[in-house]
Amino acid sequence: MSPSRGRRLGAFVFLSPGLTYLVVLLLVPLVLVLSYTLFQRGRFGGVVYEVTGENFSRLIDPLYLSVVGTSLKIAGLTTLLALLLGYPTAYLIAQLPRKWKTVALVAVVLPFWTNFIIRVYAWIILLNGPGLLNSGLKALGLGPYELLYNQGAIILGLLYSYLPLMVLPLYAAIERLDPQLREASANLGASAFSTFRKVTLPLTVPGVLTGCLFVFVPSFGNFVIPEMLGGGKSVMVGNLIRTEFLQARDWPFGSALTLALVAVLVVLLIAQSWVARRA
Amino acid sequence: MFRTRFTRRLPAAIAVAGLALAAAACGGESTNAGAAPAATADQLNPNADLSKQSVNVTVWDGYTPKELPQKVKDKLKFPLKIGIHDTNETAMTKLTAGGDTGIDVAFVSGQYAQALNEQGLLEPIHPELIPNLSNLYPEATQLSYDKGNKYSVPYTWGTTGICYRSDLVKTPPTSWKDLLQPPSWADKKVTMMTTERWLALPALKALGYSVNTDKDAEIAKAKELLVAAKPHLLGYDDTTFGDKLKSGEAVMVEAWDGWCPTTDEKQNIKFAVPKEGSDLWVDTMVIMKSSKNKEAAHALINYILDPEIHSWAAVNINYKVPNKAAMDKVDIAKGSLLDIKPAELLNGESLIDLGQASVKYTRLATEIKAQS
Amino acid sequence: MRRSKWLHVPFWATYVFLYAPIVVLVVMSFNSGRSAYTYEGFSLKWYGELAQDERIRDGVVNTLIVAAGSTVVATVLGTLLAVGLARYTRSKTLDALALMPAVLPDLVLAIGLLVFYGMIQLTLGLYSVILAHGVFSMAFVAAVVRTRLSNADTSLEEASRDLGAGPVVTFMKVTLPQLTPGIIAGALLAFTLSLDEFVIAFFTIGNNEQTLPIVIYSMIRFGVTPKINALAAILLLVSFTAVIVGQRMTKIGESRAED
Repeated sequence: MSPSRGRRLGAFVFLSPGLTYLVVLLLVPLVLVLSYTLFQRGRFGGVVYEVTGENFSRLIDPLYLSVVGTSLKIAGLTTLLALLLGYPTAYLIAQLPRKWKTVALVAVVLPFWTNFIIRVYAWIILLNGPGLLNSGLKALGLGPYELLYNQGAIILGLLYSYLPLMVLPLYAAIERLDPQLREASANLGASAFSTFRKVTLPLTVPGVLTGCLFVFVPSFGNFVIPEMLGGGKSVMVGNLIRTEFLQARDWPFGSALTLALVAVLVVLLIAQSWVARRA
Repeated sequence: MFRTRFTRRLPAAIAVAGLALAAAACGGESTNAGAAPAATADQLNPNADLSKQSVNVTVWDGYTPKELPQKVKDKLKFPLKIGIHDTNETAMTKLTAGGDTGIDVAFVSGQYAQALNEQGLLEPIHPELIPNLSNLYPEATQLSYDKGNKYSVPYTWGTTGICYRSDLVKTPPTSWKDLLQPPSWADKKVTMMTTERWLALPALKALGYSVNTDKDAEIAKAKELLVAAKPHLLGYDDTTFGDKLKSGEAVMVEAWDGWCPTTDEKQNIKFAVPKEGSDLWVDTMVIMKSSKNKEAAHALINYILDPEIHSWAAVNINYKVPNKAAMDKVDIAKGSLLDIKPAELLNGESLIDLGQASVKYTRLATEIKAQS
Repeated sequence: MRRSKWLHVPFWATYVFLYAPIVVLVVMSFNSGRSAYTYEGFSLKWYGELAQDERIRDGVVNTLIVAAGSTVVATVLGTLLAVGLARYTRSKTLDALALMPAVLPDLVLAIGLLVFYGMIQLTLGLYSVILAHGVFSMAFVAAVVRTRLSNADTSLEEASRDLGAGPVVTFMKVTLPQLTPGIIAGALLAFTLSLDEFVIAFFTIGNNEQTLPIVIYSMIRFGVTPKINALAAILLLVSFTAVIVGQRMTKIGESRAED
């Protein structure tokens, strides 16, 4: 078999099932929704198929820009914290003896096999005014603090929800590193830190990027945590989209917001793929 | 701005052309357009053989008796299947997306029934197939979103007010201003609702406006009040305010009467309707135009209006039902949530879907919540 | 590893952070009151009620079917896709497309699929949810597997090809074994995400079926009871046991292999 024929066959065998699936069940539905952008909301919801550019002009509004700003801040901080916690965790899991690796890995996702709402309730019990943390602080002669229903609580909730999405790709990236590389570096007199900086980190950049993307994007688009832990007092992009689609039943404008979000995401995704392929 | 009439299939056409995906092309109507409201009624056969039909319902969880499917099977001889939805909003999305959901009867609140009807999605009610309509209070045919119950039948009704911990408030709340400008002992211990129309309600009522106003000046006034209130709130909450009261995180919350947990003896939780007045909400039953089981759907609604069945909601979940024959069967404790007379309820304004003007409320809610 | 002891701090912090609410949640399952969030006293009644609740039981079964089904779909397709993207194309657009569902707001995918299923007149059921969950799960699997593939040593694969093995044989005998940790991580992620997914499931499921998240969200109107905590506690116990037993088994297997 000639190499180029092998390549083409390979491309077909590996790419076509997944891509077909994505085209039918992702692209077609997405284009359907995004095409509403061109039309108008019916008086009582639904879509009236008269072309208009109104949905785009409505996007440029200081109100929505401020929402984007808040979302960037919250999602950015969440991602940073997730990386700071997630990287050492993934790193240590990867060093564990083989039989403990899977256990540690499963332990990262296990809390998420319980229902979302009661996990959020549990956080409320921990953090609220009469809650556990405040009672503990009170025993130490501190507090009570307002730990809940603010942006800090939103970040905490998002971090909690998406931390596994950081740990798992990082683990997959770190686990394949050859320990000999680090040993070689150490033998050559490099400190642990510079070994990390010069050897380990550059080789795990793809995992870092994937993890950051997995945490940043859903944090940016989340709407339940801002409502339940943020007390509904902050609006994120996800809240906007949900409000337009569900409450206002304004699908055309909801689509326009989505289109704007998708545009940002595509830029992020392409940048991610560009950096990952260079690294 | 240019506007051109396009066919309903345009989004489909774009999707198909753009992706050259023939599979998507075969398919019928895409979504509902702003179709003509008040569609004509089907001819229904009063003597149809119901045992050949079956009815699919979507309703809030725990809102109808558990044994209802079995009872319907025994009494009316057709299978009844119950699906559940969490909120009006998600139910609406499913019902209006254009596909055949297979749903025959839906439970949604009044203004949502109105919007469904405006979109041409509802079958008009055939009163001759629902003799039990006569059990309803006369007031229950005067609901402003649907006068005369032309396309919806009320299932439960009530109002919005202030739900509070009588042991933790210094003085019981009597006015919407108690929520909007809470006294110092209630500072940061108050919640308001997050859904736009109910978020605006306390301010609109405190200012003496209609809850259905579409006047920009009035909405702007309300916004001022709501923005000033925000720093004094614990949060905006539509779902767990009852829990917040029980835990003592909150002492006063804006609440629908049915969601205010007054039945728990230990908790000292009470409900008050502020003196400025409030709304009248109604949860209704509607029949979908797309239903192929309309005779059975009518028979089901008729059966639910039977006092025996309808009183279940009052006895078991503490919701007032607009059914005189049913309420007469219920022991109503004085001062309980059930002890509000239909005439008093009718003093409340029903929220109606404002059509184009509803955009103003969406924006209002976003502005207030995004305010830092 | 001795030198990096300080790394143990964030490591343990992560697990404490992940499990603190879980402890609360389990304690609340013994609440004698009705609320999942105000503790009133000790009782086992919610475990008893749980045993009698058919809807929750059906919900659990449906959820497991959906999660298992979509994980299988996603793991197979996602792994193939990851290999294809890493080895057989340089297209950044395809890269982006493969990641798209992981980053798209769930509501948008949900509404898109709802409209699309309506257009092709698909009767909704559990399989329509499996297909829908497959979409985003596949993206997660593909991305996690990709992090192992990029920059990896391709000399073995090249050697295999030079010796005349086709792409499929090379994949089965050479690539796949190297990928296993990534595939496990990806599959875990896919399963976990599907278990608790509400929005997409709600819009793509038949009217008479419910997954557990749909049951629980719908309970909100009358308050979520500690029954769900009880369910979570049992689920955790079962999962922990399975993990520990699995770990014991590998230990025995390994020690035998060493003998």
